[in-house]
Amino acid sequence: MSFPILSLMIWLPLVGAALMFIPQGSDAAGARNARWIALWTSLIVLVLAAITLVDFNPGIHGFQFTETAAWIPQFHIAYRLGLDGISLFFVVLSALLTPIAILASWREMRRVRDYMAAFLLLETMTIGMFASLDFLMFYIFFEAVLIPMYLIIGVWGGERRIHAAIKFFIFTLAGSLPMLLALVWMWHHAGTTDMLTLMHTPIAPHIQDWLFIAFLASFGVKAAVWPLHTWLPDAYGEAPLPGTIMLAAVLSKMGAYGFLRFSLPMLPQASAYFAPLMFALGIMGVIYISFAALAQTDMKRMIAYSSVAHMGLIIVGIFTFTVIGIEGALFQMVSHGLVIAALFLCVGILLARGHSLRLDQLGGLATRMPVFAAFLMFFVMANVGLPGTSGFVGEILVMIGAIQINFWVAFLTGTGMILSVMYMLVMVRRVLFDHARSIANAVIGDLSAKEWLMLAPLAIMVLGLGFIPSGLTTAFHTAVTDLVHAHVAAMSPPSHFAMARP
Amino acid sequence: MFIAIAVLAPLAGALLAALFRPFAGRTFAVGASVVALIIAAAAGIITDYRHLVLHVPDHLVMRGNWINVAQFTPHWALRQDTLSLVMVGMVTVVSALIHIYSVGYMAHDRTEPRFFVYISLFTFAMLMLVTANNLVQLFFGWEGVGLMSYLLIGYWYDRAAANAAAIKAFIVNRVGDLFFAVGIALTWLQFHSVSFDTIFAAVPQARSATYHLFGADLPVLEVIAILLFIGAMGKSAQLFLHTWLADAMEGPTPISALIHAATMVTAGVFMTVRMTPLIDAAPVALQVITIIGAATAFFAATIGCVQNDIKRIIAYSTCSQLGYMFIAVGVGAAPAAMFHLINHAFFKALLFLGAGSVIHALADEQDVRKMGGLWCTLPITYVTMWFGALALAAIPPFSGFFSKDAILAAAFADHTSASLFAWVAGSLGAGLTAFYIVRLMLLVFHGKPRGPADTMAHAHESPAVMVGPLVVLAIGALTSGFLLAPRFIGKAFAAFWGTSIAEPHHAAVMHALDGIPAWGAELPLLLAIAGIGVAYWFYELSPAMPGKLANAMPGLYRFVLNKWYFDEAYDAIFVRPALRLAHLIWRVGDDEVIDGVPSGLARLTTEASGQAVRLQSGSIAIYGFIMLIGLMVLVTVFLLAR
Repeated sequence: MSFPILSLMIWLPLVGAALMFIPQGSDAAGARNARWIALWTSLIVLVLAAITLVDFNPGIHGFQFTETAAWIPQFHIAYRLGLDGISLFFVVLSALLTPIAILASWREMRRVRDYMAAFLLLETMTIGMFASLDFLMFYIFFEAVLIPMYLIIGVWGGERRIHAAIKFFIFTLAGSLPMLLALVWMWHHAGTTDMLTLMHTPIAPHIQDWLFIAFLASFGVKAAVWPLHTWLPDAYGEAPLPGTIMLAAVLSKMGAYGFLRFSLPMLPQASAYFAPLMFALGIMGVIYISFAALAQTDMKRMIAYSSVAHMGLIIVGIFTFTVIGIEGALFQMVSHGLVIAALFLCVGILLARGHSLRLDQLGGLATRMPVFAAFLMFFVMANVGLPGTSGFVGEILVMIGAIQINFWVAFLTGTGMILSVMYMLVMVRRVLFDHARSIANAVIGDLSAKEWLMLAPLAIMVLGLGFIPSGLTTAFHTAVTDLVHAHVAAMSPPSHFAMARP
Repeated sequence: MFIAIAVLAPLAGALLAALFRPFAGRTFAVGASVVALIIAAAAGIITDYRHLVLHVPDHLVMRGNWINVAQFTPHWALRQDTLSLVMVGMVTVVSALIHIYSVGYMAHDRTEPRFFVYISLFTFAMLMLVTANNLVQLFFGWEGVGLMSYLLIGYWYDRAAANAAAIKAFIVNRVGDLFFAVGIALTWLQFHSVSFDTIFAAVPQARSATYHLFGADLPVLEVIAILLFIGAMGKSAQLFLHTWLADAMEGPTPISALIHAATMVTAGVFMTVRMTPLIDAAPVALQVITIIGAATAFFAATIGCVQNDIKRIIAYSTCSQLGYMFIAVGVGAAPAAMFHLINHAFFKALLFLGAGSVIHALADEQDVRKMGGLWCTLPITYVTMWFGALALAAIPPFSGFFSKDAILAAAFADHTSASLFAWVAGSLGAGLTAFYIVRLMLLVFHGKPRGPADTMAHAHESPAVMVGPLVVLAIGALTSGFLLAPRFIGKAFAAFWGTSIAEPHHAAVMHALDGIPAWGAELPLLLAIAGIGVAYWFYELSPAMPGKLANAMPGLYRFVLNKWYFDEAYDAIFVRPALRLAHLIWRVGDDEVIDGVPSGLARLTTEASGQAVRLQSGSIAIYGFIMLIGLMVLVTVFLLAR
C-alpha cells in the first residue's frame, strides 16, 4: 500500500487537538501554544493537500490515493478512503480554509484552547467525510461535523447563539435520521457499506424513491435547499466569523456533495424522477432567498442569504445530469467556497475594527479603506458572476446545462444574475459609498499585513480560476463524465430492475 | 500584432497606474494610462490601415483556451475582420482623445488616478468585446463595460444621486444580460458552438429547426435573435430598458462622452450587426428590432425637446440615435447602421466634451436655462459644438447627414409595414432632433447671459488639452461622412465589409438606396431644416413661445417633461413591490411559516432545560466524550439492526 496521505490528513488535526490538552503551565501559555499548534497543523495538512493536488492524475477513472483496512470484516464494513475528481477539490478547499479560519480567529480570547481544538476537529471531520469511501464512515463523519460546529456556534457565537445553535442542531439532526434509515436499508440490501459496491447495486425504483427522500432530508438541510434553509441565516449570523466561513465555504458543500456521491449514482431512477422537484426547489432558492437577502439590514446576514441563493444554482446544475451542468455545479461549489469565504473575511475585517455590521450605520469606507474597498468590490463582482472571475464560469456552465432541460429552468435559474446584483450593490453602497452614518465607524485603518495575507491568495485564486478554469475542469472531467455515463447506462435498460430485491 | 497592442495597451496602462500608484505618484499614474491609450490609438490606426487599405488578409491573433468543458469551448482570440477593425479604430481613437481631454477636466479631482484606471480598463473591456471571436468572449467584454460604467457613473460615490444612478444602470443592464446569457445558452444548444464562424456556417441548416416555447414550436433562430436583441436593448438603452441612460449623466462628463455616447452603448448595435448572419434568417425578429428602434428614435427625441439639463438633452439624443441604428439593422441595412455608429461616435463625443467644457467654464452649472450668450467667452467650444450639432441634425455636408439619410432611405426601400413605421417615426424624429439640438445651442451660446453674474463673468475657455480633442473631433464630425460613405455604403460596400456582415438580405436594400423617389429621399432633410427653423423661431425670435405652448398643452408637456413617466411606472410596478415582497418573504415567509415548527421547538428546549448554562460551563473534552459515546451507540444500533 502506498503512503497513507489521506489518513494523515484526516487524523493529523485530531493529534494536534490532543496535543493542546497536554498541561502547559499558565493559561496564557496554553492559549498561545494552542494557536500555534492549530496553525501549524492546519498548514501541514494544507501542504499535504497540495501534494495530492499535484499527484492527482486527472486521466485515471475511479479513485486515487485509496486506502483500505479491515474494520468490522464480518459485517463488510471497512476503513476505505480515496479521492476522485469530484471529492479532490473539497478536500483541498477544507484544507485551504481551515488555516485561514484559524488566522482569522487569532484574536479570539475566550477559551482559546477549546476553540482551536474545535476547528481542528472540524477539519478532521470534513476531510474525513469527503475522502470516505465507506457509507458508515461517511455517515459518522457527516454527523460528527455537527458537534464541533454546534459548539463553535453555541459557545463563541453572538448574542442569540443558543437559539441559533439549537436550531442548527435540531435541523441537521432531524435531517440525518432518515439518512440513517437509508444507510441501514442499503447495508442490508447490498450486504456491505462499500460505496463503490453500492453504486453498482441496482435498487427497485419504488424503494429508490423513498431512499431519495431520505437523502434529500439530510443533504437538503446541509446544503440549505429551500425550504430547509431557515437554520442557516441564524447559524451564519450568530456563529463567530471563522465558524461562519467554515459553514458557508465547506459545510454547505457537504449536502451538494452528498447528492453527487449518493443520490445520482446510487438512485439514478429516483434522481431522474425527482429532478423536476429539485429544479423547482433550486429555482425557488435562487428567487426566494435573493428577495429575502434584499430585505436584510445586517451585512453578515445579507451575505449569508446570498450564499444560500447560490446553492440553488448548484442544485439545478447537479440535477441536469449533463456533463456541462454538473461540472458547472462543481465549479460553482469551489468558486462559491472561495468567494463566500472572502466576503465573510471582509465582514471580519470590519468587525475587528469595532464596526457595527448594520447597513444603516456603515458607509463611506471607500475613502478611508481604499484597499479594503477594492477587495470587497472584487469579491462582490465574483459573487454576482462577472466574467473573468470564477463565479462566471460556474454560472454559465450551469445555464448551458439547464437549457438542455428546458428554457424556463435556464431562465429562472438565471434570474439570480439580476437579483444578486440588486442586493449586493445595495450592500456595497451602504458599506463603501455615501457618507459614514455613525461616529463609531470613523476610527479606521486600512488592511493589515495579516489581512492582506488572507484576502490576496483568495483573490488570485478567484481571478485565476476565472481566466484558466480548465485547471479545475480537467481535474473533474473524467469523474463527471463517468458519473453521467453511468447514469445514462442505468436509465437505458428498463428491465434492469426485475432482480432488484434479493 | 498591432491589434494585440491596440487591445492590450489600455490594460497595461490601467495596471501600471493602479499598481504603481502607491509608489510613483499621480502624475505617473495619469501619464501611464494616457500614453498607453495613445499607443493603442496609433496601433489601432496602423492595423486599420494595413487591413482596410492595404488589404493584408484577416486572421485571428492570440488564440488561447478559456473554458473547455465537453463541447463548450469558448477561447480567447482577437478577431480581425472589417467589422472588428472599424470598431477598434473608432474605440481607440475616441478613447485616446477622451483620455487627453480628461487630463484637463479631472485635474482638480482628488482621486484622479482612479478615474484613469477605470477609463483605461473600460477601453480594454470594450476592445475585448469588439474583437471577440465567440459569444462568450463578447459577453466578457460586455459585462466588463457594464462593471466599469457602474464604477464610473458612481465615481463620485459620496453623492446619493450618483450611487442610485450607478446601481440602476447595472441592474437594468443585467436584465438585458440575463436574456443575452440565455440566448448564448440556446445558441450553444442549437449549434453546439459559441464560435461565430461555426454558428454562421450552420445557420442555413437551422432555418427549419424549431424550439418549443410558450406551448408552441417557434423557429429557433427567431427565439435566439429576440433573446440576443433584448440583451442589446439593455446595453444600447432601447425603449423599456432605456431608463438608466439619462441617469448615467451623474458620472463625470468625459465618461458620458466615452461610455454613454461613443462606445459602450454602441455595443448592443455592434452585437446585432455581428450576429446579422443569424438575425437575417429571423424575419420576425428583424421586424421587432425595426419597431423597437423606430419607437425609441421617436420617443427619446420627444423627451430631448423639453429637458433642461444640458447633459440629459444629449443623453436622450444618444438613445434616439441608437434607435436609428437599430432601424438600419432591422430593415437589413447593417452597413448603414455601422456607418451611423462611427459618425455618431465622433459627433456625440464632441457634443458631450463640448458640454463638459461649458460645465467646466460655468463651475458645474448644467441647467441650460441658466446659461446663454457664451459664444464670445467660449469661442472654440462654440464653433466645434456647432459642428457636432449640425452633424447630429443631419445637415449636409456634416457626417450625420450621410448616415441618417442612408438609414431612412433603407427604411423607405424595404417595403414592409414595420419599415414604413420606422421611416415615418425616423423622419419625424429627424425633425425633432434638429429642433432640440439647435434649441440647446441657442440657449447655451446665444441670447443674453441668464446665469448668476459672477459665474458668467468667470466663464473662460478651457485649456488647450481640452479644446484640442474638441477640434480633432470636430474635424471628424465634418469629414467622416463623405470620407467613409463610399466605403461603408457605396457601390463597393460588399467588398469592403467582406464576410463580416451577412450578405444576401441587405444587399437588396443597400442597392435600392439610390433608387427611392426624391420626395422620400429629401423629406428627412426638409424636416430637419424645419426643426432648425422652429428652434430659431422659439428661442431666438420670440422666446415667449415655448412657455405659451407649454401652457396651452399642460398635460402633454408634463408627460414629455417627465419622460413619459417610465421611471414612475417602473417604480410602482417593479421596485416598490420587490422591496415589499423582500420584506414579506423575510419576516413572514421565513420567520413565521417555515420556521414556525422548528423555532417553536428550539424555544421550548431553550426555555425548559436551561441549555444555555450547561453549554457555557462544559469543557470540550466532555463534548468529545459524549460524541464518542454517541458514535458507539450508533455503531451498536447498526450491528443489532443487522
